[in-house]
Amino acid sequence: MNSFKESKKLFEGADWDFTTIQRIHDACEDIALKDLGLNVYPNQIEVITAEQMLDAYSSVGMPLYYKHWSFGKQFAHQEASYRKGLMGLAYEIVINSSPCISYLMEENTATMQTLVIAHAAFGHNHFFKNNYLFKQWTDADGILDYLDFAKAYVAQCEEKYGRIAVEQTMDAAHALMSHGVDRYPGKRSLDLRAEEKRARERREHEQATFNDLWRTVPTGPSKNRTELSAERRRALLGLPQENLLYFLEKAAPRLRTWQRELLRIVRNIAQYFYPQGQTKVMNEGTATYVHYRIMTALHERGQITDGNFLEFLGSHTNVVFQPDFDSKYFSGFNPYALGFAMMQDIERIVTDPEDEDREWFPDIAGKGDVMGVLRDVWANYRDESFISQFLSPRLMRHMRMFHLHDDPADTSGILVEAIHNERGYRSVRRALSRQYDVGLIDANIEVMDVDLAGDRRLMLKHSVLNGALLNEVDARRVLQHLADLWSYDVSLTEVDASGSVLKEHIVHPRMMAAAA
Amino acid sequence: MHIVDRRLNPSGKSLENRQRFLRRAKTLVQGAVKKASQDRDIKDVLEGGEVTIPLDGMNEPRFHREGGVRDRVLPGNKKFVEGDILQRPQSKGGGGNGAGEGDGEDAFRFVLSRDEFVDIFLDDLELPDLSKRKLAEVENEGLRRAGYTTSGSPANISVSRTVRRAMARRVALQRPRPEVIAQLEAELDHCSDDRRLELVAEIERLKSKIKRIPFIDPIDIRYRRFETVPKPVAQAVMFCLMDVSGSMSEHMKDLAKRFYMLLYVFLTRRYKKVEIVFIRHTDRAEEVDEQTFFHGPASGGTLVSSALETMHEIVQSRFRPADWNIYAAQASDGDNSYADSDRTGALLRDAILPVSQFFAYLEVGESGGHPFEMAESSLWTLYQRLRNEGEPLSMRKVNDRSEIFPVFHDLFQRRTGKEIAP
Repeated sequence: MNSFKESKKLFEGADWDFTTIQRIHDACEDIALKDLGLNVYPNQIEVITAEQMLDAYSSVGMPLYYKHWSFGKQFAHQEASYRKGLMGLAYEIVINSSPCISYLMEENTATMQTLVIAHAAFGHNHFFKNNYLFKQWTDADGILDYLDFAKAYVAQCEEKYGRIAVEQTMDAAHALMSHGVDRYPGKRSLDLRAEEKRARERREHEQATFNDLWRTVPTGPSKNRTELSAERRRALLGLPQENLLYFLEKAAPRLRTWQRELLRIVRNIAQYFYPQGQTKVMNEGTATYVHYRIMTALHERGQITDGNFLEFLGSHTNVVFQPDFDSKYFSGFNPYALGFAMMQDIERIVTDPEDEDREWFPDIAGKGDVMGVLRDVWANYRDESFISQFLSPRLMRHMRMFHLHDDPADTSGILVEAIHNERGYRSVRRALSRQYDVGLIDANIEVMDVDLAGDRRLMLKHSVLNGALLNEVDARRVLQHLADLWSYDVSLTEVDASGSVLKEHIVHPRMMAAAA
Repeated sequence: MHIVDRRLNPSGKSLENRQRFLRRAKTLVQGAVKKASQDRDIKDVLEGGEVTIPLDGMNEPRFHREGGVRDRVLPGNKKFVEGDILQRPQSKGGGGNGAGEGDGEDAFRFVLSRDEFVDIFLDDLELPDLSKRKLAEVENEGLRRAGYTTSGSPANISVSRTVRRAMARRVALQRPRPEVIAQLEAELDHCSDDRRLELVAEIERLKSKIKRIPFIDPIDIRYRRFETVPKPVAQAVMFCLMDVSGSMSEHMKDLAKRFYMLLYVFLTRRYKKVEIVFIRHTDRAEEVDEQTFFHGPASGGTLVSSALETMHEIVQSRFRPADWNIYAAQASDGDNSYADSDRTGALLRDAILPVSQFFAYLEVGESGGHPFEMAESSLWTLYQRLRNEGEPLSMRKVNDRSEIFPVFHDLFQRRTGKEIAP
């Protein structure tokens, strides 16, 4: 960069226009790519109004989404709290797609737009493109087309089979959405474009080969009356299966083709969002670290004024504010605060370690190459492993973390298991990391078997961990949806590690309009 | 990099979703309202209150765990050391506030105000304007103030507004006040020559400025603006006719009362002013107050025509059909002396129905009786015949309190075509 360009301010005051945005983007890109060595999808920046931001909010941030009342409910709720002033709007929404789409709100000042571009268009964007979970489970190239297809398909079904029938199926699918993902690698990753193509082909094939005659052909007695062995049966059904939506899509006996397709859509979308839940701390930490570096660099280069930089610092401080546990604002760890603090801590360990850090982080302490280390971290960890690897004693002390152990059987109260001292670091770190362990957050529920010889009852098992049973009311409601899709009875047993059954839920299907 | 301006895109993309939500919530609320109204007294029902939407309807359940042994790491320790025991929060067994999600959603309740409640209940109801639809749609035009305008007739000049604007203009253009000039002129009388010239020039300047800036300029003038608004015919009278002969039990009167109450609530929603006329009859009819109507003792034979006669007289003397929307509801157990049939029929056909917007006949029975098991009463038979002749009569049988709402609902259901005999 020549000195003439460097000395030039990107903008004056708070106003911006499209050329300003372009200038801001180019300046950020220069720092992101050259100084930080980021690797990003091409960017697409969309300017929207506050109302459109609310719209986007209520459909999980996606620009196009199928229609469903629950998004409306969310909208009503969010709009109410926004209008009442209970909630500010997020500064940005960014979509894991290629090109990576970032929304800028028109109300923002030029400084805020710079912050959002640095945060979303470079921080999140880099994380989406490089983190192994996203690489493995999401399909940035295909998602927008797929959502488009999904929207059209759902609308089409509503036209053909009625809004109510579609709604029932979608409600049921949504209830099972968190159990509609493959959790462990080994499965093929999403390829949503191919997915969409196959869906079209399936429909075309059906239409082409439809012949009403087949309906009248007698099916005759089944050829093989001999009992399948239990093992063989389970193998045929792919049991045990933890992806409940997948199982229903493949094996529910009375679903219509379009219902299976709807389950598939919900399942694919759930899978697409799955990594986001496991990387909240890292993802936000990355984006916050990146915007902090970029903004600081812009300031150092004289591309933004002191005033702009102060404005930025104000927003930045708000974002990374972590209330204490006894504050009325406390609602758990703020992923921005924790993530950013850890990234900065890593930077410190890499550049300026103390003896303690050398002992705890022999691999990276004093290594010198901050961005090299961080890029590696961003690519290869998720929240759980990230925290268990990189939460330093110094940060635990700084945030004054402590570990509570709450055993309902212990009537005297909640035990302070460990605090931020020599004896407690490992315990605190382990406990915090487990707090982000997907395996522990979601209940472990699997389809175990189907009573094919008897009443076709579907048998599920919840492997109870630490004595935490399912909330009974909600569990029954979800199971009701499940039973409606399965069309026969469903039973769920809650079993502890020793194999003893703690509770059993049995639900009978309601008649579904569509299945009737 | 690519910038897209989406601001011009239609906003309200989630409008459709919002409508779906409301549509979904509405049927649920309506269902809840109807259900609530069947078990409660009408009066209480109309007080409104909390309606709980069936859990199934609005909520989106997910599997989630609760209780059990929990480990948590928190920030901001001030004083705890390892091994301390903390008191559990009293609310719920330790884990309640952590989970947050599922339980919170159970409470999808709406608190409905009285108005909302009644609105929802009456939402798909409409007064059937069987005989005089046209009349009901006649609207008088009324005038309403609607701000100010720069043109209009002199009669509508708003002086205060005009003066206010003139003053603002004068202040803005710095028009000298006459007092200032007067003061200068006073000074002129006794002052030095140098000063005199100055003053004369100044006075001259001010005077010409005063001429240039008039006290009131045409652009200051504002006229009051009126706009015409359609004013619906806004009064109605409701005739409550009831047979109070010995055969009418308290239960039957109660049923009738409930029906009248509903009708009243319904009419007050539609009209600014609703008059009620209570007419009770045995073999002779009289106009009474509400208390007497429902609770006064009376007995004797039964002549329905007497009530109709009285109603007809009252209409003629007090409620000009051209000005009033006339509604009538008649409750009876259906007994009428056979000899009275012709007269009743003739009165109804020739005098009452032509001036009424709506005439409902409610045949009340004893609790537990099945409406179809009883033999047709003489009144029912008569009205049935009138109906078959095409007279706009609505008639229903009611035995139980819980049937009142459905029957009312049914009678007033928004209709597309003509009333069709059940």
